Amino acid sequence: MARLNVNPTRMVLTNLKKRLRTARRGHKLLKDKRDELMKKFLEMVRENRKEREIVEQKLMEVHSRFILARALMSDTHLEEALIFPKQKVSLKASSRNIMSVEVPEFEFTTENQGGSDIFPYGMANTSGELDGAIIALSEVTPHLLRLAELEKACQLMADEIEKTRRRVNALEYVMIPNLEETIKYIVMKLDENERGNLTRLMKVKDMMLEQAHQFEARQKAKEV
Amino acid sequence: MHKIAVMGDRDSILGFKAIGFDVYPTDSKEESANLLSQLVDEGYALIYITEQAASEINEEISRYRSSYFPAIILIPGSKGTLGIGMRAVKESVEKAVGADILSHDG
Repeated sequence: MARLNVNPTRMVLTNLKKRLRTARRGHKLLKDKRDELMKKFLEMVRENRKEREIVEQKLMEVHSRFILARALMSDTHLEEALIFPKQKVSLKASSRNIMSVEVPEFEFTTENQGGSDIFPYGMANTSGELDGAIIALSEVTPHLLRLAELEKACQLMADEIEKTRRRVNALEYVMIPNLEETIKYIVMKLDENERGNLTRLMKVKDMMLEQAHQFEARQKAKEV
Repeated sequence: MHKIAVMGDRDSILGFKAIGFDVYPTDSKEESANLLSQLVDEGYALIYITEQAASEINEEISRYRSSYFPAIILIPGSKGTLGIGMRAVKESVEKAVGADILSHDG
């Protein structure tokens, strides 16, 4: 691991220690976030798969009914029957917060303009297959909405998990080791300086003592 | 209030008109791409697109993947499912977890 390019001083050391503490705390928090996101994500993705299977299967049913209806009716008649829908769907989108990921929530209301059924056509020119197809389709609608909600949520959460995982890894494998190594380097350097200083002092003391002794010895020699 | 759009080939989506969704038929790749960006500009929050049409404009769709709106959801068209929708779910799992750990039960 590369150590950071800093001056080995006490002040830098204090700062680095502070940074290391923050990094460790951030790492722990992000790790918790990642784990919780993952838990929620896996729950949702399971439901997403289930819902998608249901929707795909039901829509295929609807399509096959439509194909039958089209076989029994002319194209123009079919289009004429469907061109002016009686039912209106309006969608209300709100958002939900899952571990700081904004996830959409859809709520839909259907407005039926007159009449109890949803068929926008008279019974005279259309085949019964079309009725079946439309009933089946309106039954799929709630599933379609739920699928949309889940699928979007899963996509957004997958992005967020990826981002969080990158951050966790960057902290764990780059940032924290770098800081640790730099702190170790500074501590070693400071200790080495300290030792160097001590030896120098001892050496100087020795030299001074020696000078003093020699001085005394010379004085004595003069006196004699 | 948001709106729901369905786009794809005419045969697959005609029925959605009856239950109140807005339908937009497209036949070609260019048309689909233009239509998609037009629908997004118009503020549709939810766009269903048939897998057949979606397979041609993958890039345009993935552009909206990470944004909050719109939600673009693939549905099987009248010619049957291509498995793209399921694959997208699988891809999210792979992106988040690193490996597809759910396919054994799907």
